[in-house]
Amino acid sequence: MRKLLLQGLLHAPLTEPTPESDEAALAELADRLDAAARRRLGRSLSIREVDAGSCNGCELEIHALNNAFYDLERLGFRFVASPRHADVLMVTGPLTKNMREALERTYQATPDPKWVVAIGDCAINGGEFANSYAVEGGVAVAVPVDLHIPGCPPTPGRILTGLIALLDHASGTTN
Amino acid sequence: MSEVQALIDQGTPVANHQPVPRVRVHEGLWRQAIDALADGKSSLLSLWGAREAVHMALVDGDQIAVFSLACPRGSFPSVGAEYPPAIRLERAIVDLYGLEADGATDTRPWLDHGRWGVRHPLGRANRTTAEAASYPFLASHGEGLHQIPVGPVHAGIIEPGHFRFTASGETVVRLEERLGYVHKGIGGLMTGADLGKAARLAGRISGDSTVAYACAFARAVEAATGIEAPPRAHYLRALMAELERIANHFGDIGAICNDASFAIMLAHCGVLRERVLRFAGAAFGHRLMMDCVTPGGVAADLAPDGTTALHQLLGEIRRAFPRLIELYDRTTSLQDRTVGTGILHSELARKFAPGGYVGRASGRTFDARKAMPYPPYDTLAFTVPTRQEGDVNARVWIRIDEVDESLSLIDRILAGMPAGPVKCEVPAAAGSGLALVEGFRGDVLAWVEIDDDRKVEQCHLRDPSWFQWPLLEAVIEGNIVADFPLCNKSFNCSYSGHDL
Repeated sequence: MRKLLLQGLLHAPLTEPTPESDEAALAELADRLDAAARRRLGRSLSIREVDAGSCNGCELEIHALNNAFYDLERLGFRFVASPRHADVLMVTGPLTKNMREALERTYQATPDPKWVVAIGDCAINGGEFANSYAVEGGVAVAVPVDLHIPGCPPTPGRILTGLIALLDHASGTTN
Repeated sequence: MSEVQALIDQGTPVANHQPVPRVRVHEGLWRQAIDALADGKSSLLSLWGAREAVHMALVDGDQIAVFSLACPRGSFPSVGAEYPPAIRLERAIVDLYGLEADGATDTRPWLDHGRWGVRHPLGRANRTTAEAASYPFLASHGEGLHQIPVGPVHAGIIEPGHFRFTASGETVVRLEERLGYVHKGIGGLMTGADLGKAARLAGRISGDSTVAYACAFARAVEAATGIEAPPRAHYLRALMAELERIANHFGDIGAICNDASFAIMLAHCGVLRERVLRFAGAAFGHRLMMDCVTPGGVAADLAPDGTTALHQLLGEIRRAFPRLIELYDRTTSLQDRTVGTGILHSELARKFAPGGYVGRASGRTFDARKAMPYPPYDTLAFTVPTRQEGDVNARVWIRIDEVDESLSLIDRILAGMPAGPVKCEVPAAAGSGLALVEGFRGDVLAWVEIDDDRKVEQCHLRDPSWFQWPLLEAVIEGNIVADFPLCNKSFNCSYSGHDL
C-alpha cells in the first residue's frame, strides 16, 4: 500500500487536459438556460444517472468518466444517489415501456432547475431497438431532453465535451 | 450411457441442426428429461419457447443436446415444478408466447409488467390496455420484520431492477428480485432480421459482454450454414474475448472493493480497465469491441501496430496488477468484509449450474471453452481456476486468477496467430445451429434458425445471469443489509442480458 501511495505522490497524474466544449452541444443548449439558473448553480452540477433500458454499454462509459484519466469531479460534476439532489438527469436507453413510469417519477422527483441529458443513440430514437412492442423509443417520449450525446456508446471523451458545454452554459461562462 | 444420450436415442432426430443433436420428443420423454434434471443427472443450459413449441438444451459432461416438444394444445409439462432453476425461464415463455406450463408452482408473470399494450407478443398476440399490474411479492412472516424496497432506479450507475428485502433488524430474512424493466423485445426484433441487423442486436444484449454475444451468435450462424470462419478470425475473436474478460474483471474487482469503501482499488483497477479499453479502441476501432465480431469472421484485422501496443499493454498490466493483488490480500479491514460473506454452497451451485465466477467460486469446473471446445481454445493450453469457499472473497479470487490465465492465453494467441483472411462469406443456406461461448460472466448460449435468404427465423440467446440471479437471493439470506452491495457486485449479473 505504501508503495502505491508513494507512486501516486511522485508520478505525474494520469488525468488528461480538459477538452473544449462541444460546438454542436453548445448550439443545442444556447436557449435553454436562463441567467438566474446559472448564478444559482455556479460551476457545479450534480448528476443522477438513470438507465431507462440500455444494454449497459453506455453505463460502462459513464463509469469511465470517474476514472483517473477523465476525473469528472475536477470539473465540478458529481454523481449523486438521489434525484432529489440532482441538477441533471443523465438518461440512457431506448426507453422501455417497463421503465417509463420509473423515469417519469425520477424526473418529477428532481427539483428545478433541471436538465436532461440523453446519452447514446438508443436514448435519441430507440437505436437498434426501435419499433419493438416493448420499447417507447427515445427518452424524449417521456421527458424533455436538453442535450443529446450520440454514440453507441459515446466515448467518455465525447460525453465529457457535451457535459462541459452544459456546465459552461449553466454557469454562464460562455455567451 | 448418459441420461442425455438415452433421451437422444429415444427421440426423433431433427435434420440440419449443428453441431449438437436436436431431437423431437413426446410428452413422456419431456418428463423423462425433467426427471434427469431433478435427479441431478444433467444440467439445464436453457429453456425457451417458440410459437407452438418449447425447447430445452441439456448438458451432461460433454454431451449437449436440444429437445423440442410440440405444444399443439398450447401447454407443456412444467420444468420449473421439478427443477427450480427453470422457473424464471418458464415464466418468461408464458409471458412471451402464451404457452401454459402445466403444474407450475409460480404462475406470476415475469417479464410482462402489464405495460406493453399486448399480451404474448411472440405467440398469438392479444392487444390489451397498457396498465401496470400489481405484483404479489412472496410473504415473510415473523415478529418485527420490515421490508426495504429498492429500485428499479438504483443509487449508483447501474441497471434497473427491483429488490424487495425483508429484514429483521440488520439481518436479511428474504430477498426477492423483480426484473424485466429493461425488456426490449429482442426476440421479436430478431425474427425476420437480416444477419447484419441480427448480429448488431446480439452485440447489444449485454454491452459488457458484446464480444461474447457476437461470438456466440456468429458461431451459431456458422454452424447453421455449415461454414467455419478462417483460422485467423478465430484467433482474433479469442483475443477480443480475453481482453473483454480482463477489462470486466478489473472493473469488478475495483467495484467490489469500492463497495467495502476501499476506493484505492477502484482507482487503480479503473486505470487498468481504461488502458485495455483504449488499446481495444485503437486496435479494433471500438473501445468495447462492439460489432467487431460478425458471422463469417471479424469485421477488421488488428491495426498494423496492434501487436506492439498489445505487448506494451500486457507489460503494464503485469507490472501493476500483482501490487493490487497484494494490497487486496493484505488489507485485513477489506478481507473482513469479503471473507465469509454471501456464501453460495456447492450443493446449490451444483443444482443451479451457474456459469462463470459464481459457479467456479463454489466448486463448479464448467467452462464453455472446455465443455464444448471451439477454436482456438481447443488447441491452447489453459486452466480453469476453481475454489470451494463460495464467498465474496472466492469470487474475487476467481477473477484475479482468470485475469492471469487470460494474460497467458493472450501470449499464446499472439504466438500462434496464423496469417490469412479474417472473414468469409456466409452462404444462403437454411439450417439451425447452437453455440456456447464463455463470456466473462459465464457461458452464453446462442441458438438460431435461419432461412435460405440469410434471414433469422428464430433466435434465442441465454445470458449466464438467468442461473445466477436466483442464487443471489439465496446467498444474501442471513447476511446484513449493508453487505448486499458486496454480494451483488461479486455476482455482477446482467439485467439487460436477462431481461432481453
